[in-house]
Amino acid sequence: MSAPEEEIVRFDNVGLRYGTEREVLSNISFTLFPGRFYFLTGASGAGKTSLLKLLYLAQRPSRGAIRMFGTDVITQPRERLPAYRRRMGVVFQDFRLVDHLSAFDNVALPLRVSGVREADLLGPVADMLEWVGLAHRADARPATLSGGEQQRVAIARAVIGRPDMLVADEPTGNVDPEMALKLIRLFEALNRLGTTVVVATHDVHLLRKVPDSLIMRLDKGVLSDPTGALRYPPRRVGAGE
Amino acid sequence: MKKPPVLSRPAARGPAPLRGKRAAHLLPQTRLGGPMPWVIAIMVALTVLAAGGGLALDNLADRARGELAGSATVQILAVDPENRARQAEAVAEILVQDPDVAGLALVPQDTVERLLEPWLGSGNPEDAVPIPALIDLRLRGGADKATLDRLRGLLAERAPDARIDAQGKWLAPVLAALSALGWMALGLIALLAFTGAAAVWLAARNALGSNRDTIEIVHLLGGSDHQIARIFQRSILFDALLGGVLGLVLGMAAVWLMGAQFSALDSGLVSGGGLESSDWLVLALVPAGAVVLAVFTARFTVLASLRKML
Repeated sequence: MSAPEEEIVRFDNVGLRYGTEREVLSNISFTLFPGRFYFLTGASGAGKTSLLKLLYLAQRPSRGAIRMFGTDVITQPRERLPAYRRRMGVVFQDFRLVDHLSAFDNVALPLRVSGVREADLLGPVADMLEWVGLAHRADARPATLSGGEQQRVAIARAVIGRPDMLVADEPTGNVDPEMALKLIRLFEALNRLGTTVVVATHDVHLLRKVPDSLIMRLDKGVLSDPTGALRYPPRRVGAGE
Repeated sequence: MKKPPVLSRPAARGPAPLRGKRAAHLLPQTRLGGPMPWVIAIMVALTVLAAGGGLALDNLADRARGELAGSATVQILAVDPENRARQAEAVAEILVQDPDVAGLALVPQDTVERLLEPWLGSGNPEDAVPIPALIDLRLRGGADKATLDRLRGLLAERAPDARIDAQGKWLAPVLAALSALGWMALGLIALLAFTGAAAVWLAARNALGSNRDTIEIVHLLGGSDHQIARIFQRSILFDALLGGVLGLVLGMAAVWLMGAQFSALDSGLVSGGGLESSDWLVLALVPAGAVVLAVFTARFTVLASLRKML
């Protein structure tokens, strides 16, 4: 019997409600493991963005327990949360670029927050912008970029620090199919280096682009597990069960 | 497809903190608000004025107290001029031998008459208004009640019309008023400090509100409260430095002008209220205090607001 795989994220009976409204997420329980590629699917309004907010620590759950990187983050003092956030890269659905910063400075922001020296970040940021096809727009402000260009800047910002976990909310929604494929290949490449990737999408075609991915499906705030890999203890994918 | 650079060459996370110019550009406004340096300048100028006035009053009171501490005046109130002169001589003769008396001086009668001239007019006939003889007394151990009572006892027999009063007693109400003015200056400084802190608090909250999106993004990318607070601190630091220097120049100029005006009065009491070089140094430190107060207030305000975010 093999040793249990170390989990990177574990949700136990998590519920989320905003104010006094009914729960938008109910009894969410799953585990994520390092180096896996997860898709979170579901119709609009199913709660995908709310679940991702819990994942990237922008929201506290109304109930339940969340462990990340081996630590119960619900009971952690908020001063310790930045250290967990720095281990994640996030692509927000609305990009959330800083309006008054250039594309270069937006991409460099996570590195600056993490304490990377200016001399050390110039090259990687320039290379990253070149790779997403925006080297010529490095000095442009987000307001002057198209939706697709903004999305590429947001993705470059999310992956520049090579995070332990990448959380992306509809990351290919505003780019052409060629760029969408290129971005998914980037996510896969990061995934092969050990980054856990969680991509929320309602694009079923995208799911087929990553054959080894695991799928979480949200329906009206309730999580289903069509690939059977999210249970705790998890069913070993590819273990013949 | 070309390999993305981040896969082969991740940037090394290091010790370079998010501060200084690296952090300043995160806020679109490099200052907390346009009027902030001017508000701080006015606060500092008023504080320098209040502190300058308070220090001058304190010096004035100290010098007056020091000069009067060992001084007493003997008045011989006898109506008959000959009797008065005889008693004055007796007083001088007795007191000059007393170990507590450091020195004495009989104030010449024409000096006394000149002093009273504004009230009595010139050419006051000797017997029209009896003018007391005055002896200026300097005591070794201070003009305390026990010493004065003992001296009164010595004079009682040979100079029954003599009255001894500590000079400090006459100026006691003036000194009390000066002390009250000094406390008022201190209260004014406290009020100005409070008002300045409140202005910084409002400006910091306003800046936080208008940059909320940026702050949230920095937070979600792993920025800590202290990193964000440092950005605002840096901003208010420059505002406060600018305002402080401007306020100091204005305040110092006003204090210097006031000093020049008062010294032109050529009054013994008022001229004692000048500022020492150490006082000017204290005034020069007012902007430093304002900067510390402003930065501390901004930091406290920003951290308190950020605590409401996850």
